Amino acid sequence: MAINWFKYAAPATFYGLAGKMVPWFAVPAAILFVVGMYIGFFVAPADAVQSEAYRIIFIHVPASILSMFIYLIMAGYAAFGLIFNTRLSSMMATALAPTGALFAFISLWTGALWGKPMWGAWWVWDARLTSELILLFLYLGFIALQSSIDDSRRADRAGALLAIVGSVNVPIIYFSVKWWNTLHQGSTIKFTGTSMHIAMQQAMFVMLVACWLYVIAVTLVRVRSIILERERNAQWVSELNEVKL
Amino acid sequence: MSWAEFFAMNGYGFYVWGSYGVTLLIFIIEIALVRHKRKITLQQLRLMRDAGEAQ
Repeated sequence: MAINWFKYAAPATFYGLAGKMVPWFAVPAAILFVVGMYIGFFVAPADAVQSEAYRIIFIHVPASILSMFIYLIMAGYAAFGLIFNTRLSSMMATALAPTGALFAFISLWTGALWGKPMWGAWWVWDARLTSELILLFLYLGFIALQSSIDDSRRADRAGALLAIVGSVNVPIIYFSVKWWNTLHQGSTIKFTGTSMHIAMQQAMFVMLVACWLYVIAVTLVRVRSIILERERNAQWVSELNEVKL
Repeated sequence: MSWAEFFAMNGYGFYVWGSYGVTLLIFIIEIALVRHKRKITLQQLRLMRDAGEAQ
């Protein structure tokens, strides 16, 4: 049986599909958060150098990875919407931005709380930290720009340009610890292997998956509201059970 | 290890729980906001429909 994937690119079909998908991401996310926290706090040993403070990484590293990853996905959707004029992709970009901004904030916040006891400073103007701060501002700029334009199609196009240009910053964040002599440490997990304790790796990986599932669930709920708002004059919206009430 | 020791995190309790506490708070607020937005959007659609019917 051939599935017509383009069918799901129509806001009307995707609205229903997204609604069905939410619990399939939300429930595993909740379970994995509990599992990840359990491994991170009860199975993983204390760090030889950083003692118990290192346990912040189980949220800091996943939040940082996702703040960059969400940005690339958002810019990808926005670019796709700009080039092919597909409404749903632009709506997905708009729906991803607030969550991306929150993850960038979590990354900076948890980093500051780790930096204070480890470096003796909440904040330093180091290349890694500064480029992550710029990422937060890019998200906020994208949100502010889109909400300042009344015509949603024009808002999509303006936002897309900002998102595409801003994506240059993501590789800068990623490679900043290599390119510059930063106070922020380099990656512990490399493609060539790691010196990290297995339970620490497991906790970090489980938390990363949990966060990613959380992002998908919350974005799907948000995009459904955006679809309804923008398609409010369409016949199918007025025929929805939740609107008919 | 006692619970008191566990929460003390060897002196790093403030930093560790400050990280996870704020993250949890952000998740709770975000979930509340997206659900609220859905409620408001549906309400507006119904208001719009009722206004249309009244004409």
